[in-house]
Amino acid sequence: MIEAYFIHLLILVGIYAILAISLQLAVGFSGLLNLGHIAFYCIGAYTSALLALQGLPFWFCFLAAGFMAMVFGFLLSLPTNKLKGDYLALATLGFSFVVTAVALNWTGLTRGPLGLPGIPKPSFFGFSFANNFWFLILVLIIATASYLIIKRIIQSPFGKALEATRDDELATRVLGKNTLKLKSYSLAISAFFAGIAGSLYASYITFIDPSSFSLMQLIPVLCIVIIGGLASLKGTIIATVVLTLLPEPLRFIGFPSSVVGPMRQIIYSLLLLLILIYRPRGFFGKIELE
Amino acid sequence: MLTCLQLVKSFGGVKAVQSCSFEVKSNLITALIGPNGAGKSTVFNLISGIVKADAGKIIFQASKQVSSKQVGGEGINITNKSPEAISNLGMSRLFQKSRLFNNLTVKDNLLLAIDNEDTKFLKNLLGKNKITKEKEGSIKQILKLVEMESFENHIARDLSFGQKRLVELARAILNPHTFLMLDEPVAGVNPKLREVIANILLELKAKQETILLIEHDMHFTFSVADWVVVMQEGKVLVEGKPDEIKNNPKVLEAYLGE
Repeated sequence: MIEAYFIHLLILVGIYAILAISLQLAVGFSGLLNLGHIAFYCIGAYTSALLALQGLPFWFCFLAAGFMAMVFGFLLSLPTNKLKGDYLALATLGFSFVVTAVALNWTGLTRGPLGLPGIPKPSFFGFSFANNFWFLILVLIIATASYLIIKRIIQSPFGKALEATRDDELATRVLGKNTLKLKSYSLAISAFFAGIAGSLYASYITFIDPSSFSLMQLIPVLCIVIIGGLASLKGTIIATVVLTLLPEPLRFIGFPSSVVGPMRQIIYSLLLLLILIYRPRGFFGKIELE
Repeated sequence: MLTCLQLVKSFGGVKAVQSCSFEVKSNLITALIGPNGAGKSTVFNLISGIVKADAGKIIFQASKQVSSKQVGGEGINITNKSPEAISNLGMSRLFQKSRLFNNLTVKDNLLLAIDNEDTKFLKNLLGKNKITKEKEGSIKQILKLVEMESFENHIARDLSFGQKRLVELARAILNPHTFLMLDEPVAGVNPKLREVIANILLELKAKQETILLIEHDMHFTFSVADWVVVMQEGKVLVEGKPDEIKNNPKVLEAYLGE
């Protein structure tokens, strides 16, 4: 029993980790305050679920989820590319509302608020991940691979060019770099990883509906990015573990489930407040934004 | 090298630049001087494509190919091209205000200037854009020129004002160019550093670099410039050799306030 519970928590940590490090790539490393990240997660989850329900193999649904989210990431970057800071945040927030509205109202495709039940658990060439232990292994492998790929990106000269754009876009342009291209790529790559996280989520829970992808779901991820520290992948991972597991003991000290939910929100906001006051750079944040 | 023809730029009701024409000759240091608000920095921003001209033309002669980043050619009209396109034609500049990448190291700041391979995603993902010995070498060399060798791995934000200035100058020099624009390179730096920067400019001049300079320090300007363009109220008041300018009564009246 307790084992199954821990496996469940670790699977969530893994999925959140992918979501958080990909948001970190956009926010911390590229300076794009993207509040539409949850929409890419949503697009990935729906793409994967709809294809899986058609009987397509998991690996295909998984990659399709990533690519579909990436395409939307790139498309979103085109009109928002020249927006800075708060304005970009607002525009991307608008995008996430649009995506949720489509998921709610395009009932012919998504069944709207009824959601999509019965999403198959993944299997790879005959090997089934229906067992949660094996699903955890799958999530950990994908999360580790995502971490390594994003780490490679940010440590490469390309990553430095993203950071340069974040620190001073005009100076980067004057060095001859096409910063619009850099920002589009960053958003698209970030969206790809959010998309595959969505695919994992859909095939783990086996049921999705639009409420799983509301703004309320973005807030913990954004908290993780800020508390972990901007432009720190290590901090993001540690914050993911801490923030996902922190509210869990509440269950064992006799709080009913109906209280645990709101308590989680309170804990997050308190933690965020304390971090912003006493450690504005987060756990391992390396940068200061002007 | 560079010709500005009848440039006009207004910001709202303020006419920053009105019908400004002048020429920058190859292999010389040309200084742009004039009182505050004369339109010098606006001219710089027009040339580097940061602000768009209301009227007029800027013709740039990329005289030789300096690196793979260059496309070169003769007499290109660069009016209202994007800053990155103009940079890639061989123009490099220093800003009046510090614009270093504050969260990156001095080395990374300089590496970014060397080429644009870092904007190619797949090449970088596959690890094919390595920091070669050649690049390391040119960074060592440029840091030696600005006397900042021991600061290679410092984060830019931790540097002092003067040190930032030197790194920015190094970055502008390292950015492949045939034409270098420096907006007040010695403003606010101490006299010793001023001498260091003056020597760097003279060293660049010895290497036949073409430089356009904005500077308020007259002693500094007259010691390095070959040609001086005096601006006032968005127009060119007079231009000539430093010795002529120094004694020109119009300049003395407009600028030196005597």
